[in-house]
Amino acid sequence: MSATSAFAEAVVRVATPLAYAALGELVVERAGIINIGLEGSIIAGAYGALVFAGHGGAIFGVAGALLAGILLATLFAVFVLVLRADQIITGTAISMLALGTTGALYQTMYGSVGAALTTPTFAPMVIPGLSSLPVVGRALFAQPVMTYPLYLLFPILAWWLYRTADGLALRAVGEKPSAAAAAGISVSRVQWLALLFGGAMGGLSGATLVLAQAGTFLEGMSAGRGFIAIAIVALGRWTPLGVAGAVLLFGAAGALQFLAQAMAWPIPYSISLATPYVFTLVVLAVARGRAVAPVALGAHRE
Amino acid sequence: MSRARAWREALPVGAVAGALLLVAVVVLVSAGADLRTALSALWIGSLGSRYALLSATLVRATPLILLGLSVTLAFRAGVLNIGAEGQFIAGASAGGAVALATAAVLPGPVSLLVALTTGVVAGGVWAAVAAELRRRFGVLEVISTLMLNFIALYGVSYLVHGPLQEPTHVYPQSATLPMVARLPFVFDGQRLHVGFILAVLLGLALWYVFARTAAGFRIRITGAGAAAAASAGAVDTARVSFLAFIASGAIAGGAGAVEVTGVTYTLFERISPGYGYSAIAVALLARLHPVAVIGAGVFFGALEAGAAAMQRDAGVPSQFASILEALAILGVLAVDRLRARRQEAAP
Amino acid sequence: MSDPALSLRGVSKRFGRTLALDGAELHVQPGTIHALLGENGAGKSTLMRIAFGELRADDGVVALAGTNREWSSSADAIAVGIGMVHQHFTLVPALTVAENVALGDRGFWGGYTPARAAERVRKIGTQTGLVLDPTARVADLSVGAQQRLEIVKALARNARVLILDEPTAVLSPRESAELYGWLREFVAGGGTGILITHKLREALTLADDVTVLRHGRTVLQSAVSEVTEASVVTALLGDARGPRVGSARRSPRGMRTDAPVVELRRVSMKDARGVLRLREATVAVCAGEILGVAGIEGAGQFDLLRILAGRRAPSSGTVTLPSRIGFVPEDRLRDAIVPTMSPAENVALHDARHFRGHMPWRELESEAVAIIAEYDVRPTDSATIGALSGGNQQKFVLGRELRGSPQLLVVENPTRGLDIRAAAFVLDRIRSAQDSGCAVIVYSSDLDELLTLAERMLVCHAGEVREVPVEMEAIGRAMVGIT
Repeated sequence: MSATSAFAEAVVRVATPLAYAALGELVVERAGIINIGLEGSIIAGAYGALVFAGHGGAIFGVAGALLAGILLATLFAVFVLVLRADQIITGTAISMLALGTTGALYQTMYGSVGAALTTPTFAPMVIPGLSSLPVVGRALFAQPVMTYPLYLLFPILAWWLYRTADGLALRAVGEKPSAAAAAGISVSRVQWLALLFGGAMGGLSGATLVLAQAGTFLEGMSAGRGFIAIAIVALGRWTPLGVAGAVLLFGAAGALQFLAQAMAWPIPYSISLATPYVFTLVVLAVARGRAVAPVALGAHRE
Repeated sequence: MSRARAWREALPVGAVAGALLLVAVVVLVSAGADLRTALSALWIGSLGSRYALLSATLVRATPLILLGLSVTLAFRAGVLNIGAEGQFIAGASAGGAVALATAAVLPGPVSLLVALTTGVVAGGVWAAVAAELRRRFGVLEVISTLMLNFIALYGVSYLVHGPLQEPTHVYPQSATLPMVARLPFVFDGQRLHVGFILAVLLGLALWYVFARTAAGFRIRITGAGAAAAASAGAVDTARVSFLAFIASGAIAGGAGAVEVTGVTYTLFERISPGYGYSAIAVALLARLHPVAVIGAGVFFGALEAGAAAMQRDAGVPSQFASILEALAILGVLAVDRLRARRQEAAP
Repeated sequence: MSDPALSLRGVSKRFGRTLALDGAELHVQPGTIHALLGENGAGKSTLMRIAFGELRADDGVVALAGTNREWSSSADAIAVGIGMVHQHFTLVPALTVAENVALGDRGFWGGYTPARAAERVRKIGTQTGLVLDPTARVADLSVGAQQRLEIVKALARNARVLILDEPTAVLSPRESAELYGWLREFVAGGGTGILITHKLREALTLADDVTVLRHGRTVLQSAVSEVTEASVVTALLGDARGPRVGSARRSPRGMRTDAPVVELRRVSMKDARGVLRLREATVAVCAGEILGVAGIEGAGQFDLLRILAGRRAPSSGTVTLPSRIGFVPEDRLRDAIVPTMSPAENVALHDARHFRGHMPWRELESEAVAIIAEYDVRPTDSATIGALSGGNQQKFVLGRELRGSPQLLVVENPTRGLDIRAAAFVLDRIRSAQDSGCAVIVYSSDLDELLTLAERMLVCHAGEVREVPVEMEAIGRAMVGIT
């Protein structure tokens, strides 16, 4: 395998869990909420995947991840939508809670230094024909099954957001909740559903880490992907297409080390990892004037 | 503050602390730990001996207090700075680098002073990036400080793998600071360094600023009622929150420099095991009162020191402390919001 | 005569202690334009929000074409063909015209597609002449186009009874004429229009019938052909004419000087969108004088008063203000106090920018105590200002702003939400400020209050500021744009 196609494959691999997380955060932010607790949904999803997969195989593991991700999102929603607590502080606490709890549970249930626990995983699923496309063939079409739904999810979300009444309702809620309410839309129902969807996607992100990549659980293995998702959504300027591009950019940054090693480029790994964040800040600053963030994003509603 | 008001403020905190203790017991029991062993380890490891107090608890409390004060200052000014983590790392990196570079050429105390100052400036600069993005471009500080946390994290990773790596190039950490460039200990034979005294003094100073000075008053009204501050007080609230943001970063940067020169003596990637996030719990539990931050910082310091001992002696998972911190934040939020709703419903 | 298209009988509505509607009546014949008139606070908007299902009446009947109806939300009213265009638009600026029209449609699969929504907007455009570009972003539309869009939204839901709340308040004369031309066609085609407005002359030119509300009661129902401008003004304002018993506008006292302490010359103000809110206003106020300001909502007094209080700089013109100014704004909770803070801290709020070094808390506390005693604020030992009632907050704010004897006091709606005792107290304190030589500018939406206080009156109408005699009728006419 050439260095380029190895790099392309690594990009897709790194991007897959990011893509789920960013997809969830995109929907949540379009409803006017920043869910920093997404990190919690991811690590909870990873842990849920481990526990469930241990009992019923990889598919069952995905179900467990969805459940765990949604559970954390529900907790966030109760604080933010019912109690009307601050989104940022709630999100920070929920991430801390989930990171701590999953770590503690893992140590309690599986022992802290016991043999690395492995779970059933999804093997790469090679799609005949497509996988023999030059350069990107194997990268896109010889991945574990967790990657493939994303090829549909992004276009479906783009269609749903801009071409359906419900997508329209979601966008209106994030932009101007009062106008959405005046049009007969239940703002809190839309935000609840958005948060639960976001939690489910966070769960899938965690499931990908365990079931398609690591084959085991590691404490704190979400490694800030919930926060990265917030950067990705901002870099993608809150559109599905933009987010897809931003996901690939962050994926490329993470995968650059493989290429750099192969080509013997002197790029320090950490610098390549930091680049997309700097890039995001620049984009956020330049995007000023043309309001692209949902106007009501993060607003504290009484 | 009247006595009745002080009680009203303190009561929910007491309730949350009580609930936390209960949760702690439940967690311990469900973790299968022997409660007696675990609790005794918690006590002995945190406050139960002179050594635990002076070499573990208060040493752990120092960064928590300093960062708690940083968060307090920002939140009081209405700035949601969740970048204390990154500002801490920036301060630790810059302070550490300067200490290493100057220890050989400058007299010890001077080198130390230069290092600490550099840390303060670096933290301030790190926050200023987000403050300027907010002021000039309207970028939400929540997003920008989060980005800057990651940039700082990768930045320190680069430094300890590259330019600042120790001479043998084996370990991902910097060279060790010479004795002269270290913060002095408070007591012989205990690890407690003068950074703790600095933290306590800063807490008192910040309290003084808030309670007694005009600048502190402007910060408080900017956070509590920006529209009224601008209309009735003709205060330039954008400027006040900008400066408070930078000052908040400066404190966090100073905390980083204190940690390097007072505790670790070397720079490495995980110089902060999430202190910047724990600090939010500290500040909230203290209800953004600088003197109470000292208490809350010591409380969490004891918790973390005790948790380490519990892991060692009773096999209790080490995440115990961070779970309780998270629950403390959620508890305070819930109590506050429920109380606010009762008040809204009352008239 | 056929059944009324919309009928409201004996409708009452109470908000807390205020009775907003007291057995109000409104009967609108199909195929007509019906003008609903009344002063600020007479209950017009409340009545119409009840008709539209946004509010529930405490008592009374809503009937549509002879059938009694109960709405559980505005969706019910929309479903049977009632549309309402609110004074404050309910549009999403970031979305397109077509998206705003489609907002609130149901269904995952069916119904909405961008193409179909755009087609609907175009079709309504050709049918009604309300032409809009379906792909334009609302944020880029003029105010007139946004108004058209609100109407198109209602029509897209097949509204046959259209309620328009102050539709021309933000429109240019040309846009207003277009809107009214369209409304005539709409009723000629069998639709029914209800027009809530302050602009009396326009209403009488356009409408077929008129209903006047005063203090929540219907005081006039008639065909326009049977009323005169004068008889409608009488109904609007009641029998009160000119200075009344107890109003006691007093002759100036000794402190009065003729040199103005406040002067605005040809001052104009544009809002963020570049719309002129205030046009070449010229105002002078002398020490010891009370100047009244009146105007319907959005007529420009908001900006005028903030310029006079030194809180905002005008877009053009010259402003001369004294150094010590007290300002009691309308929205106390947001602009005048920090509710979570103590009385002393709220005293300090007033001068917050000017403090240096240490805060003189001891002095501020005794000042707070003095204000609380002198202005009869109760309870006297409240820990925070937020714990006080609205009336006591107002007394406190007034006391604070009058501290240090300002040369100018600007007050908005000084007695809104206050009980009679507190209101009398506040008015009394404003008069004593005047006696001690302070120039006072009072805005109020309650004309009776202005008549009891003011020695001179300014009226804002559509950004123009005009001086009028201190008489109920003259003020009322100027407010609705009759010169």
